[in-house]
Parts: sequence; C-alpha cells; structure tokens
Amino acid sequence: MPKQVKLAAHFPGVNNTTVWSDPRSGSQIDFSSFEHLARTAERGKFDFLFLAEGLRLREHAGEILDSDVVGRPNTTTVLAALSAVTTRLGLAGTLSSTFNEPYEVARQVASIDHLSGGRAAWNVVTSPDAWTGQNFRRGGFLKREDRYRRAEEFLATVRELWDSWAPDALVGDKENGVFARGIDRFVHSGPQFDIRGEFTVPRTPQGQPIVIQAGDSDEGREFAAKTADVIFSRHGSLESGKEFFADVKRRLPAHGREPGELLIMPAATFVLGDTEEDAHEYAREIRYQQVRPATAIQFLEQVWSRDLSAYDADGPLPEVDPDPDAEPLTWGRVRHEKDPLAVAAKWRAIAEEKKLSIRELVIEVTARQQFVGTARQVADSVNEYVQSDAADGFVLVPHLTPGGLDAFVDDVVPHLQERGVFRTDYTGDTLREHLFSR
Amino acid sequence: MGSAQQLHLGVALDGAGQHPAAWRVSGVRPAALFTAAHYLAHAKLAEAASLDFVTLDDTLALQPGGEEVVRGRLDALLTFAAIAPLTSGIGLVPTVTTTHTEPFHLSTAVASLDFASRGRAGILATPSRTEAEVTHFGRRTLPSEVDAEAENAEVVDVIAQLWDSWEDGAIIRDEPTGRFIDREKLHYVDFEGRFFSVKGPSITPRPPQGHPVVAVYGDSPYAHGAEVVLIDEVRDARVRFPDAKLLAGLSIVLAETEQAAIGRRHALEAYAPFPAGGLSFTGTPADLAAELPRLAAASGLDGFHIRPAVLPDDLALFTAETVPALQAAGVFRQAYTGTTLREHLGLGVAANQYAEA
Ligand SMILES: Cc1cc2nc3c(=O)[nH]c(=O)nc-3n(C[C@H](O)[C@H](O)[C@H](O)COP(=O)(O)O)c2cc1C
Repeated sequence: MPKQVKLAAHFPGVNNTTVWSDPRSGSQIDFSSFEHLARTAERGKFDFLFLAEGLRLREHAGEILDSDVVGRPNTTTVLAALSAVTTRLGLAGTLSSTFNEPYEVARQVASIDHLSGGRAAWNVVTSPDAWTGQNFRRGGFLKREDRYRRAEEFLATVRELWDSWAPDALVGDKENGVFARGIDRFVHSGPQFDIRGEFTVPRTPQGQPIVIQAGDSDEGREFAAKTADVIFSRHGSLESGKEFFADVKRRLPAHGREPGELLIMPAATFVLGDTEEDAHEYAREIRYQQVRPATAIQFLEQVWSRDLSAYDADGPLPEVDPDPDAEPLTWGRVRHEKDPLAVAAKWRAIAEEKKLSIRELVIEVTARQQFVGTARQVADSVNEYVQSDAADGFVLVPHLTPGGLDAFVDDVVPHLQERGVFRTDYTGDTLREHLFSR
Repeated sequence: MGSAQQLHLGVALDGAGQHPAAWRVSGVRPAALFTAAHYLAHAKLAEAASLDFVTLDDTLALQPGGEEVVRGRLDALLTFAAIAPLTSGIGLVPTVTTTHTEPFHLSTAVASLDFASRGRAGILATPSRTEAEVTHFGRRTLPSEVDAEAENAEVVDVIAQLWDSWEDGAIIRDEPTGRFIDREKLHYVDFEGRFFSVKGPSITPRPPQGHPVVAVYGDSPYAHGAEVVLIDEVRDARVRFPDAKLLAGLSIVLAETEQAAIGRRHALEAYAPFPAGGLSFTGTPADLAAELPRLAAASGLDGFHIRPAVLPDDLALFTAETVPALQAAGVFRQAYTGTTLREHLGLGVAANQYAEA
C-alpha cells in the first residue's frame, strides 16, 4: 500500500492569509463558521481540525493592527463545542505552555478527549514574549532560552497527570459502594514545577491525547523528536520540506523512536481552478487581496524596524537600510528571520533581479507553499510531496472563512482516494487511530 | 393571572444528583458522568420545561470523600460548551474558580461559551480556598479567605472589562480604507490590581449578551455587585441583596405520594446524610408547586436553584409535574419568551463601560 496522506484543516482566522474583502468571507468568530469548517473536514474524512492561538492582538507601530482579520474565540471552548457537531474528526488546539499551568491544560485537554470520545490534540507552543505576558498573572517572566525547558517539563507533567488514574479506576460498583479506586497521587518535583495532588479526570479514551509541536529552532525540533506525535511545520516547499523531514526523522532513534511515530504536517495553502490557467489567475488575485499596499509597507517595516509610511508600495524598495538595533515595530507575529540586514540584502537582490515593487516583492517573499491548479493537479502534487518524503501530510490553510475548504473536500479528496492514498471512510474512532493505525 | 410574580428556576446538574449516594440509586451508569450525553440529556429535560438555566459545579481538585462518593469530574465550562450547540433555550452556567485560572483565559472562555450558545452563557464565579488546589498549581500559598474573595471580585470586574474591550460594531470590514476593524472601538483595559494586572484588549470580540450573566453564591462578599445571587440562607436575603436576582438553593426529593418521597429520602439517608445548606423539600411534585410561590413571596425571592437529590429522577418529576402546575398557576412561563439567558432572567441589556453614552 502506498504511503497514506494525512490531512488537517486549519481554521482560517487571524492573519493576512484570510481574505476578508471577498464577498464570500463570513464571520471568523460565530460558532456557525467553526461548525461549517468542522463538518466539511469530517465530510472529507480529515484527520483533524486545527486551531491556532494568539493571546494578544497584534500591534504595529504602537497601534492595534487594523488591516488583517483580528479577534478569535477561546481555543478549548470552541473545540469542546465542536465535539457536539462532529463524531470522528480530531480536534486539535494550540495552548501555550508559557501562559498556562500543567494542571489546567491537562484537565482541559483530557476533558475534551472525554467529551469527544477520544479525538483531542494539544499543539504545544512556546510563546516567549513579555509583551503577550502583559495579559497574564504570570507576566513576561520567561526568558527566551527557558521556554523549551518549561515546555518540556510542562508536557512531561501533563502526561504524569493523564496517567495518574488507573485505566480501570472508575469501578462504579453500586452494590458495594465503590465509585472509584486507584486514583494515584501525582508528585512532580522539578525545576519548573513543584506540584502534587490528585487529578480530577479519569484516564481518557485515547489514554494520551495527541501532542503536536510547532516551533522551528533546533530546540524545538529536539523537543518534537523526543516527545510529539505530530509536527506542524512551516516548511511546505518540496526542497525545504524534504530537508526538514529528513532532519527531524534523523533525530528520532536517539530518543528510541521510529520514523513512523512522528508525523510531519506543514501548513499549506491551495487554490483550485477549472483549468491550470484559471487557478493561477485566481491565485494571483488572492495574493493581491492578501497584500494590500498598507500591508506591504507594514511587512517591510517589520524587517526594517523603521517608519516607512512615506514610501509608495508600488514603488521601489527604500534606499535606507533596516535599523538592526531598533525595537521591533510589529508585535504578535513570529519572526523567523533573525538578521534584518541580511534579509534586506537578499530582498534587494530579488527585487532588482525581477524588477519588483515593494508590494510585488512582499507577495513574492511571503508566498508559502501553495498548491495551485486543477483538482487533479493539486491531488497529484499533494501525493508527490508525501510519497517523496517532503511531508506526511498537510495542514490546509484556506483563505476563506468558513467555506474555503469545501472545494478541496469535494474535488481534491476524491482524486486522492482514487489513488489509494487517502481513506474513503474512517476506520477508527479516535484521532490516534486515524493518525497511526495502518 | 398576569400579575402573579414570575419565578426564575435554575437546576444543579452536579454528579448523579445532589445526594452523595445518588449514583448508587440512579439508573445512570457512573461512567456516564464523564460523557457529554449525560449532561445533554438533563439539560434537554430542563429546556423542555423552559427553565432559566442549568449549573454545573467545579473545582480544580478532586471532591473530598472516599471510595463511596463520586470522584472526578470534567471541566464544567467545557462540558457545557459541548452541549451548547445541541440546545437552544436553556441558560448554561458553569462554575469557574477564579483563584488559579488566568482572568484573560476565563474571560475569553465564557465569551466563547456565549458565542457557541448564541447568548445563553453565564458563570458562577467562585474563589478556591483549598490547600489541594494550591498544591496542584504550586505557584502561590493559600490565600486568606479575605484575599481570595477580594481577588474573586477583581477577576469578575476584569473579565467584564475585557468583554467590553471590543465595542459592538468594532468589526467594520471597510473595503475603501482597507480596515477590518475600527480600532477606536477597541480598548486597552490596563487593569492594575492587588493580585494581577491585565493589559487587554481581549482577543475575543464582545459576546452576544455583552455580559454573560455573572452569578455568585450569597456567602461571597462580592455578591453585592452581582446580578444573580444563589443563596442558602434565606432569612433577610432581600435586605442583604436589594438589587440582585435572588435564587434560593432548594434540594428536592420527589415522589407521587408524600409517603413514597419520605421513603426515598430515608433510603438515601441510609447511605449518608443530606449535605447541609439551603432549603429542602420532600414530597409530591404538586405540593412543591404550591410551596414555591409561597416561599418566594414570604422571603422576597426571585426564584430557586433546584438541586435534585437524584438525577434524572427528581429532575424528571420536577419538569413533568411541578413545572406544569406552576404554569397553570401563572407563576412560570409557558415557553421561552426570549433567546438569551439575560432575557430569561429579565436582566436588561448590558451597558458597555467604554462606549460613549
Ligand atoms: C507552523 C507554526 C505555527 C505556530 N503557531 C503558533 C500559534 O498558533 N500560537 C503561538 O503562540 N505560537 C505559534 N507558533 C510559535 C512557536 O510556538 C514558537 O514560539 C516560535 O516558532 C519560536 O520558536 P522556535 O524558535 O523554536 O521556532 C508557531 C510556529 C510555527 C513554526
């Protein structure tokens, strides 16, 4: 049997991927939007639905960013509510290990696993910044270097809690009056957490809910190799995907794990058309909707850390260089590029070679993996990436809320099923079964 | 009959019922307490009778007691989130503890329950004062009762500020200017209190009710500011809480004859005494229906927080017989007249503290 493709649906929420100016764009808050996407993903037999998390509204140049979609509901509440309107779909939510405590996260994820009958997943992220911390009692106490130390111990502690009820602890013997027996006290004493007591949630249907990791540094990859079930990565192109895949899978044996125990699922966008030309034309339109003139300037300012509002987005790049020592102008967006001068030099070279305006350049350099083409072509590419080990599957990021996934499910999934690389129906009940049973 | 005082009725859905031995006599399997279906079934009973709301107790520690009591529970707010899309009228009021949970998370979680239920969310805000919860978090010492209550009050204030931090209509999707939101309608709450600080604004827009209903127990000092107060001590209640909707806790043991009800009560008491606190009634559904308006009028109550001794048994009799009798007497609604919990309770539209008058 060929390698099977894994698929997840990212809720198109907060960012400039989400095109709000499209007349078909609906609410990113109302529950009906989440329900629509979840039902579509389940109709398509997807492995799971995925929610990202942001804990402070983005700011740019001292003001709340008003050009992108902002505002989202609470992750765990939405997932619990989605468990009511789906029966098989996995429900994955991002919860920061920095601004939560293990007892609560363990309890929330375990609760969702019970409420959904074994479909919960937790994406462990490690937001380090004190700026987000201003919304929390904890504040911004955590040094960047410490965030994976905390994340690792956090996850280990959560797992101790999940394991603390014996699988058969819920006795329910009415005659002899034994409700539960075998609830072990947990004692966790480590540098990050010194806690003890009893957990309130029985062992869950999955035993251990699924753990996802999203973070790209060496520490992040080690953390994932040691302990995660799935990596949500940003390496979506064929080349960088293969490199990332090989790098991460190479790390597994040192932790006593097999390559099949950790799935790599990059974020990917897609655009479908009746013909290849239609699809490319539509993709081009979408990019211009996503990167408006103001967005292009703001994006440049993120790297330059300077006020560039006087520049014309349709004109050439500024002559001035980035200010490498300045405080960032944008808060709330993960910066993957560390050296602004090097980035600027690279971008200048690209702009010069391809004769690009600021806006065109931003469109060019922010393009993430896009599957663009007819349904058949997109199915072929997705499959090619998976068979050539650039990924185990994808977390699809539609650009429209909530209907952006419909065409993929209706048109692309059947092609994948025809090729024998994607399930025609769920064969198990739990997310763990969807992901790992052959 | 239109002039008779209209009662408000909430129901506690904790465990297998309010009595510690309820799980032994209920027809419900103990494992069902850890499924959404269990809570959905009971909420549907309450909804079919157009009751105001259901509550679900919670703490961040295991229930005290030994093998013979219900131990363990799921997160109450998430449990109600999991039944929100499958109900349409009943208010959903989970207990949330305010001592250890981040106010920011709490605020978005309740707002999101309000979105998922389309305006039927509330919270029963309670401080936690147990050493067990302290050791589960390991980051602070046990707060004094006074501090825990003061912090509870601060949390309740801050979560309302966060709900208000997006004015209604902040999302404008203004194509010509390329603005998705009008940031003049978003507000930093900049809260600095004794126990914590929060910058804001919320990440979640203002929920459908503006302010989901905040309920507290009457022993909380904060109760004086709350819109709904659940009281166990009925004497002088109206004097103590002049402005709140006052609902008295009332445990019920029902049966078709008074004798049978007393028999049921004794059978339960053979296992364990009834928990202290609140009023209690043992008798027929019809007698209970006659009793409720009298009690309410005598003590200036707005209604009752019904605590069925055994679920679903006592809730089923209450909704099948007591409620129709109350309706016949003209003291309880025939059907929901509004769609939100605020409307059920007759609470006005929540003003936004940031919006210009
Ligand atoms: C694909 C991807 C998705 C992420 N999603 C989130 C998210 O939803 N919320 C969040 O707070 N951080 C998110 N992060 C940030 C990471 O948790 C982490 O803070 C960041 O990547 C820096 O860690 P690193 O240096 O290991 O990459 C994401 C990162 C990646 C690569």
